[in-house]
Amino acid sequence: MDKRLERILPRVQKPARYTGGEYNQILKDKNAVELRLAFCFPDTYEIGMSNLGMSILYHTMNSLDFVWCERCFAPWGDMYAEMKKAGLPLYALESGDSLSEFDALAFSVGYEMAYTTVLDMLDMAGLPLRSADRPGLLPLVFAGGTAAVNAEPMAPFIDLFVVGEGEEMNNELLTLLREAKRGGWSKGEFLRRAAQIGGVYVPSLYEIAYERDGTIASITPAGGAPEKVTKRIVEDLDAAPFPTAPIVPSTEVVHDRVSLELFRGCVRGCRFCQAGYVYRPIRAKKPETLIRQGIETLKNTGYQDVTLLSLSTSDYRPLPGLCDGLLDYCEERSIGLSLPSLRADNFSIELMERLQKVRKSGLTFAVEGGSQRLRDAINKNVTEEDLLNTCRIAFAGGWNSVKLYYMLGLPTETDEDIVGIAKMADQVLYTWRQYAKNKNRGVKITISTSCFVPKPHSPFQWEAQVTTEEYLRRVNLLRSSITARNVTYNWHDAETSLIEAVLSRGDRRVADAIERVWRDGGRLDAWTDYFSFERWMQAFEACGIDPVFYANRERPSDERLPWDMIDVGVRREHLVREREQCYRSALSPDCRHQCAACGAARLLKGRRCDE
Amino acid sequence: MSDKWRLRFQKTGRAVYISHLDLMQTMQRAFSRAGYRLKYSEGFNPHPQISIALPLSVGTASFCELMDFRLTEQADPAELPARLNAALPEGIEALEVYEPQRKFAELKWLRIEGVFEYDDRDPVRMAAALRDFFASESLVITRRTKRGAGETDVRAAIREIAFAAEGEGVCLRTVISAQEPTLNPELLAEAARQLRPELAPDFAKFTRLETCDREMGLYR
Repeated sequence: MDKRLERILPRVQKPARYTGGEYNQILKDKNAVELRLAFCFPDTYEIGMSNLGMSILYHTMNSLDFVWCERCFAPWGDMYAEMKKAGLPLYALESGDSLSEFDALAFSVGYEMAYTTVLDMLDMAGLPLRSADRPGLLPLVFAGGTAAVNAEPMAPFIDLFVVGEGEEMNNELLTLLREAKRGGWSKGEFLRRAAQIGGVYVPSLYEIAYERDGTIASITPAGGAPEKVTKRIVEDLDAAPFPTAPIVPSTEVVHDRVSLELFRGCVRGCRFCQAGYVYRPIRAKKPETLIRQGIETLKNTGYQDVTLLSLSTSDYRPLPGLCDGLLDYCEERSIGLSLPSLRADNFSIELMERLQKVRKSGLTFAVEGGSQRLRDAINKNVTEEDLLNTCRIAFAGGWNSVKLYYMLGLPTETDEDIVGIAKMADQVLYTWRQYAKNKNRGVKITISTSCFVPKPHSPFQWEAQVTTEEYLRRVNLLRSSITARNVTYNWHDAETSLIEAVLSRGDRRVADAIERVWRDGGRLDAWTDYFSFERWMQAFEACGIDPVFYANRERPSDERLPWDMIDVGVRREHLVREREQCYRSALSPDCRHQCAACGAARLLKGRRCDE
Repeated sequence: MSDKWRLRFQKTGRAVYISHLDLMQTMQRAFSRAGYRLKYSEGFNPHPQISIALPLSVGTASFCELMDFRLTEQADPAELPARLNAALPEGIEALEVYEPQRKFAELKWLRIEGVFEYDDRDPVRMAAALRDFFASESLVITRRTKRGAGETDVRAAIREIAFAAEGEGVCLRTVISAQEPTLNPELLAEAARQLRPELAPDFAKFTRLETCDREMGLYR
């Protein structure tokens, strides 16, 4: 271990997150591989090690014998300060080697607020921030994750983006990089060749021209790069690699358990939900596969909990059989099974009764909108009746805590909808009074609201975000509408949401502001400990970026959007249609009831959507 | 046959940064990976019945950790270490498993080795000065504990101590009280820091070598 590091570690909080050495980590002989890859997660160890995507890709990339993929996370503030003081560069956990020795840095970027941390990690690795300032082929800096569906705000910093699911694409890219390293290609030559791999977006090969009003005039590819980069997917999830021997952290992380992914995509089509559109088409795993992988992973990790992941667990058709199969193994070993993302229906509550035999903690419902009209407008197919029915069964079964999640600022929202949120909480309270098994324990109803952030590739991608003032007015309206004592109200601050709105639908020009924020000390912006609204606003001002232009302006549906070169499968016409449905407060049937021909199915070659 | 076992293990290398609480969790998972089922306590919040004799500070290595545990099924103690080692993370190594004969309360002394690193002071002179310093009758330092500020006589918890210059630093070998009172070896460096700052090392690290009973016999 580096002497400087040895002296620092006893002084920082939770040093085990900076040492590596965990069970199931992958060690290779660095002299026996051709490419050394640092897989960088622009957030803390505890967050990154909870990320299933990172775990999957760590293993798929290490399955190449010429690659050694190691992990790297962002140090917390105390460690960051100590490393700076000691002049210690960022290092990878497995080998402890400095990132400057690596051939490639791969960033997994899931959310916009991680952007400044990406820059910080590049800097801590001793690399220039901008792609143009790194003329050599190596180290290559690439990035993927949900943020890649609008890569533009980070375009100047990243050599190339991998759009979509990385299981196959990353390995094709690394194989090409090996060829380039062997052949001594220039960076430009490599990037031109890489742009031919499906799903690879090389921003430097696209020229963006702007209109006088600041909107985009044209996007012009060069060097043979495709006009549209189509998202990559894995067609058959049963056959796709899944790590059944993932790394087991030696210190507590956020999700410290076995995660099983039921399916990708979502049949619901909630209009505000980016994930519901960009992860299409729907591909489910077979319950046999999940049970086998679940048991194998439990054996290989020693975890005491399993959780089932998906965008909407209740929509997994073989859910009862899967739960039975897993419970057969889990129950006698006291292994817990948890199912997040259940819908508010009777079946779900029966299932939860079965799973939560000992402690009945809280129930959480994402209701999103305060009236049936608004829920129809956003295509959130939950009725008040469903919700109250579920609450009735839950209260009768001994539950006594309910959390209700809403968004304020959704398109078409009126004050009446907002007051409806408080009324609904009253209804839940009334239901508790009628049906609670044990009233002595009391009830806790919590309402949480966040400010709606319009996202690329969703039907609301053209929508204006409400201003922070308007959000606060709506918060205050809701606050004054809540009268019951047992109802608590938490609201997220609007400031982070505004920055998110600028970044998520930003173009390349926003990059200057991101860099400026980092230069002013911004990193780990996803943490309220470090986020500074003033720093962002000052950076926008200094770089001539008007946040209103990006966040609060309604975009005409014929405007060129910064992410127009990215094709996630769903057609623009479908998004336009869904948006019109919103303005008619009309529901669209879910995919199983009636396929809307959204376009995502054409990404499949050998099978059908939701087969 | 008993269901109660004692594991002797070492914790070195990168594993020294695993905290006591995290170690309990890590051990629990290692047993599970090795195919053993730990016995759980009864009650509202069942937890596995494992207990570690002397919690180890983060950063300190050890060749002599002791942990008691119970299994739900019969097991062959000769087989346990190898199976556990295949399931333990880097740096934690099971040495032997046996039926405990003595209570943890009989454990009294710890043989410890340490290094005081000096960046720009002569280790030979430092070793001599440390020898003199620790020859005092008492070395009382103030400590902030959960109960507020308190005084501890570090010297009273030291049975023997020796210093020798070695390379860039000073190597110390000592026997300190493990229980009643418990002396954290880091207080050896702290004593210098508080009472003779010119002797305070730039960095200190320690390794537990052996556990002993009241009469300095090997404690197992």
